[in-house]
Amino acid sequence: MAEVLVLVDHTDGTVKKTTAELLTIARQIGTPAAVFVGSNVDAARPRLAQFGAEKVYVIDNADIDGYLVAPLAEALAAVVEQASPAAVLLPSNGTTKEAAARLAIKTGSGLITDATAVQVEGDQVSASQTVFAGSYTTTCKVTKGFPIITVKPNVLPPKASQAGAAVVNVDVAVSDAAKGAKVTDRQPKQKSGRPELTEAAIVVSGGRGTNGDFSPVEEFADTLGAAVGASRAAVDAGWYPHSNQVGQTGKQVSPQLYVAAGISGAIQHRAGMQTSKTIVAINKDEEAPIFELVDFGVVGDLFAVLPQATEAVKKAKN
Amino acid sequence: MNIVVCVKYVPDAQGDRSFEDDNTTDREGVDGLLSELDEYAVEQALRANEGGEGEITVLTIGPDAAADALKKALQMGADKAVHVVDEAIAGSDAPATSLVLAEAIKKIGAVDVVMTGVASTDGVMGVVPAMLAERLGLPQVTQLSQLSFADGKVTGRRDGDVASETVEASLPAVVGVTDQTDEARYPSFKGIMAAKKKPVETWSLADLGVDAGQVGLANAWTTVENVTKRPPREQGTVVTDEGDGGAKLAEFLSAQKFV
Ligand SMILES: Cc1cc2nc3c(=O)[nH]c(=O)nc-3n(C[C@H](O)[C@H](O)[C@H](O)COP(=O)(O)OP(=O)(O)OC[C@H]3O[C@@H](n4cnc5c(N)ncnc54)[C@H](O)[C@@H]3O)c2cc1C
Ligand SMILES: Cc1cc2nc3c(=O)[nH]c(=O)nc-3n(C[C@H](O)[C@H](O)[C@H](O)COP(=O)(O)OP(=O)(O)OC[C@H]3O[C@@H](n4cnc5c(N)ncnc54)[C@H](O)[C@@H]3O)c2cc1C
Repeated sequence: MAEVLVLVDHTDGTVKKTTAELLTIARQIGTPAAVFVGSNVDAARPRLAQFGAEKVYVIDNADIDGYLVAPLAEALAAVVEQASPAAVLLPSNGTTKEAAARLAIKTGSGLITDATAVQVEGDQVSASQTVFAGSYTTTCKVTKGFPIITVKPNVLPPKASQAGAAVVNVDVAVSDAAKGAKVTDRQPKQKSGRPELTEAAIVVSGGRGTNGDFSPVEEFADTLGAAVGASRAAVDAGWYPHSNQVGQTGKQVSPQLYVAAGISGAIQHRAGMQTSKTIVAINKDEEAPIFELVDFGVVGDLFAVLPQATEAVKKAKN
Repeated sequence: MNIVVCVKYVPDAQGDRSFEDDNTTDREGVDGLLSELDEYAVEQALRANEGGEGEITVLTIGPDAAADALKKALQMGADKAVHVVDEAIAGSDAPATSLVLAEAIKKIGAVDVVMTGVASTDGVMGVVPAMLAERLGLPQVTQLSQLSFADGKVTGRRDGDVASETVEASLPAVVGVTDQTDEARYPSFKGIMAAKKKPVETWSLADLGVDAGQVGLANAWTTVENVTKRPPREQGTVVTDEGDGGAKLAEFLSAQKFV
C-alpha cells in the first residue's frame, strides 16, 4: 500500500492530539508515515508509533524555522518525491495551509482545506467541509495529482495501533528563493493553563457584554474545564487576545458545548461556532440573534447568571 | 511603490448563500460585494503609497458584476483597476485562480508589492496568497497583523497559535494582511466622484495567454461532489432570569451530562 504522509503538529517534540487523529485517518487510506519537521524527534516517536506511523521522515534543518513557509513547502516536496504518497494530510492552521498551498502548486495536486471528515471508498478519498458560515456541508474530491488535505481538530476519536515508527532522515537543502522571507524574532504565546480552544470539548466565550470583565466567564469556564473564547468586539477592545477570537476571522470551534455570554450572534461569530453540538447563551436582550441557535438560553445579566451557575456546578460536582 | 491589490468579489455573508446545480457558488441569488477582508489590503496599500510616486492597481478575477468590487476600491483611493473576466474561468479552484492572478500581475508589470487579504469571505481557504508567491517566485510575507515598508523592505508581525513572529523580506514580495491591521477607510464624496474617471481595464484569458483548458470547473484539480444544506438549528428552551437563571442553566448542563 502506498504511504500517506501526515505532517506532525508538535512543539519541541510534544505531539498534539490532532496528529493522532490524522494518523488514524491515514491508516484508512494507506500506510501512515509521519513527517516530523524540527528537532527532538525522540520525544515524539513513541506517540507516533502508538498511532500507527510505520515511518517517521525527519527533517531537522534550522532554515525551515528561520524563514516563512516556503522552506517548509520544500521540505514536504522532498519527502513527497521520496515517498510518492497516496495522500498528504496536514493539520489546519495558517502556516500549514500555506505550506499545503505551495505543495499543491509544486506537485500539480488538488487541495482541500479545513476538512471536517475524510472518507475512503476503495482507492477514492473524499473530504467534507463546512461552508458558508456552517450552513452547508460539501464533499470534495481531488482529481489531479494526489489529495492534499488540511484537517481540522476533533474530527474523529484517535485510535491507537502500534507500529514501528522507523526513522528516515531526509536532507533538505533549502533554496535561496525560499529564504526570501526571514523570521527575525519569535515570541512564544503565553499559556493560560486552560485547554486549547480548537481542541476543547467545552468552550465558554465572552463578548462585548462582558464590558471588559472576563472574570465571570473564566470562572465558569474553569469549573467546567473549558477553554475561553471571545467575540471580535471583545478582542478589538483589547479585553482578550486575538488568538482566542471565535468566528470567521478567528478560530472555528466545534465543541460538545459552546457557551456564549454577552455575545449577540453576528453571522461572522456564528461562522465559528454554529456547528457546536450543544449551544447555550446568556444575553440581556431577548431579541439577540444568538438565541435562534441555542439549545438552552438565559435572558439575563451575565454578571448575575454566570456566578450563580458556577456555584451550582461546583455544588453538583461535590 | 507600485502595488497590485488582489480583491475578490463575494456573495454578501448577510444574504442566504447557496449553490447552483453544478455545485458552484450561486452568485445571482445574493448581492455581491468587495470581500470585507480585502478592504484591509486596500487600506494598507493606500497607506504604503501615501505621498509616494507609485501607483495602486486593484485586480480582480470574477464575473461582470465583480466590477463593483473594483469600484469600491477605486473609491477608497486606488489609482486604476484590472478586471479579468472570461466565461471559461467560472468554477475555477484555488490553483487556477492563482494562475490567472499571477499571469495578470506579470502583465501589469513593474510591481513592488502584491497585496492580498488573509482569506476570502466565501471560499475562506486562505491559500491564494501562498500559491501566488509560489507561482511568481516571490517572498511571501502573509497573515500580517502589523506591517511597515522602508528601504525596499517589508517588515511585519505574524501571529500564530504558538508564537508571534517578526518577519521581513526585500521587495518585490507578496504581502498579506489580516483584519487586525487598522480599520479600512470609507470612500469620501471626493473619492466617489474621482473614481468615475479612473481607468478600468478588462482582460480575457487570451489577453493573458492562459489556455482555457487550465481553468474553470471542468479543469479544476478538486471537484465538489456533493452539497447538503445543514438543517437549521431548532431553538431550544429560553428562560428569563428571575433570580434563578444560573441555577436553571446548571440544571440543564447536569441533565446533558456536562457536569
Ligand atoms: C469581515 C468580518 C469578519 C469578522 N469576524 C468576526 C469573528 O471572527 N468573530 C466575531 O465574533 N466577530 C467577527 N466579526 C464582527 C461581528 O460582525 C460582530 O461585530 C461581533 O461578533 C460582535 O461581537 P459581540 O457579539 O461581542 O458584540 P455586540 O454585537 O455588541 O453584542 C453584545 C451583546 O451583549 C449583550 N449584553 C450586553 N451587556 C450584557 C450583560 N451584562 N449580560 C448579558 N448580555 C449582555 C447585548 O445584549 C448584545 O447582544 C467580523 C466582522 C467582519 C465585517
Ligand atoms: C464554499 C467554497 C469551497 C471551496 N473549496 C475549495 C477547495 O477545497 N479547493 C479549491 O481549490 N478551491 C475551492 N473553492 C474555490 C476557491 O475558493 C476559489 O477558487 C477562490 O477563487 C480561491 O480561494 P478563496 O476564495 O478561498 O481565496 P483565499 O485563498 O481565501 O483568498 C485569499 C486572498 O486571495 C485573493 N483572491 C482570492 N480570490 C481572488 C479573486 N478571484 N480575484 C482577486 N483576488 C483574489 C484576495 O486577496 C483574498 O483575500 C471553494 C469555493 C467555495 C465558495
